[in-house]
Amino acid sequence: MPTPSRSWREIPQRYRLEAGKCKGCGAVFFPPRVVCPQCGSREFGKTRLAGSGKLLTYTIIRVAPRQFEDQAPYAVGIAELDDGVRLTAQVVDCDFSALAVGMRVTIEFRRISEEGEAGAIYYGYKFVPE
Amino acid sequence: MRDVVAIGVGMTKWGELWEKSLRTIFVETALLAIDDAGVDRIDSMVVGCMSSGLFVGQEHLGSMLADYLGRIPVPAARVESACSSGGLALRQGFIEVASGISDIVLVGGVEKMTDLTGCETTFALGTAADQEYEGFHGLTFPGLYAMMAVAHMHKYGTTREQLAQVAVKNHDNGSKNPLAQFPFKVTVDAVLNSVLVADPLRILDCSPITDGAAAVVLCPAEMARKLKKPAVRITGSGQATDTIALSSRQDITWLESTHLAAQKALAMAGRKIEDLHLFEVHDCFTIAEIMVTEALGIAERGRGGRAVEEGLTSLKGRYPVNPSGGLKAKGHPVGATGVAQAVEVIKQLRGEAGERQVKGAKRGLTQNMGGTGGSSVVHVFEAD
Repeated sequence: MPTPSRSWREIPQRYRLEAGKCKGCGAVFFPPRVVCPQCGSREFGKTRLAGSGKLLTYTIIRVAPRQFEDQAPYAVGIAELDDGVRLTAQVVDCDFSALAVGMRVTIEFRRISEEGEAGAIYYGYKFVPE
Repeated sequence: MRDVVAIGVGMTKWGELWEKSLRTIFVETALLAIDDAGVDRIDSMVVGCMSSGLFVGQEHLGSMLADYLGRIPVPAARVESACSSGGLALRQGFIEVASGISDIVLVGGVEKMTDLTGCETTFALGTAADQEYEGFHGLTFPGLYAMMAVAHMHKYGTTREQLAQVAVKNHDNGSKNPLAQFPFKVTVDAVLNSVLVADPLRILDCSPITDGAAAVVLCPAEMARKLKKPAVRITGSGQATDTIALSSRQDITWLESTHLAAQKALAMAGRKIEDLHLFEVHDCFTIAEIMVTEALGIAERGRGGRAVEEGLTSLKGRYPVNPSGGLKAKGHPVGATGVAQAVEVIKQLRGEAGERQVKGAKRGLTQNMGGTGGSSVVHVFEAD
């Protein structure tokens, strides 16, 4: 699991959905990048991700890594947000049978995982049906 | 650039080798290849291994494996490109011989995976994905390929049964390979009724956790002629990368790195895909083989499922894919897989593949892939 410094430096993305917007070509990247793979520019501004989008694909994880074992089975998907950015996250508050390609989802701030009873708790974003 | 040939191959029985350590598995296999080549020296060695650090807590494999092979002080390098580490080792060995830096190079691949429990292994394999933006959310490798499968089924109408037919075909082939971890046949019903891992993928859609190694000895073509060994030429080598995160891809149903690596390897060899007689490809999951056949051009885009259903890729089909049994039946010790693919193609081109021999095979291809296709390595082999 991440060290404190690792989870601390990821706060702008996990808590505030901060993305990088290329000043050269306007492309938006999440997570932010240092160099634009499309135009080569190294100048970026900050922007906030669109709050909703549609599912491109999904799965239900039945065999989970250790820190997610207590949550299995759970759904995960890739959504294309309304600003064109694609994002991977869990899909929650949704019956598995209702999952579908093209389903509208919004982003909510949720608990992601925890390191046992006395360890750190990690927060971030998840998808919920719109 | 010098012409490069393979003059020796080695592979031992794969499986859950509880009584053997990483170094023992590697050395036994490497000795088979050196003996097969009939050489009394090696000038250098390159070993593919994905994650000995996480699997057995051991790094610095160059020193350890040269030491236990009794070959110090030869230069030895360990290379890593997730599940395509073995393919990359072959490419680095090829480059070393072609460039003239070394004459006789031992290329090996090894992984010791069963010293960990299942969920620790799942974590170690997950490091081939984007840990901060995929792993953080609870994604696993079966989960990532399951998402590729859902998208492929949605876009092209690929069916659950077609996925199962990949496993059935590869187990049919693997049942003829005595070194395979699971040398038995399975039925479509068995696949469809096996336990779900990540919907729609079931356990019989997944390659297994395996301990194993594979090795190949390379040298310049002119030296092989003096040795009078049955030599198989490596006529093409290609590698390409793609985004680490699946979500960053333009099209998550398409393996661009495999497509580009194959184009480069075929161009170097001066061949087209239809000139080749067999293919060892990276079927880490059934959907992967379907997508790889499309990226190589064996099947049209979106029709990889139909290709396996129609028998195009079976042992007696027009394009035999994974005569060895593939990762599915032979096993998938991640760092060894790319080298084992080369071992199979070389045996086939020498006519030594026994019951699973592709009759008259003169040219073959290997395709080895890391992560969800974040890296791919392709080689073309031709009988001399």
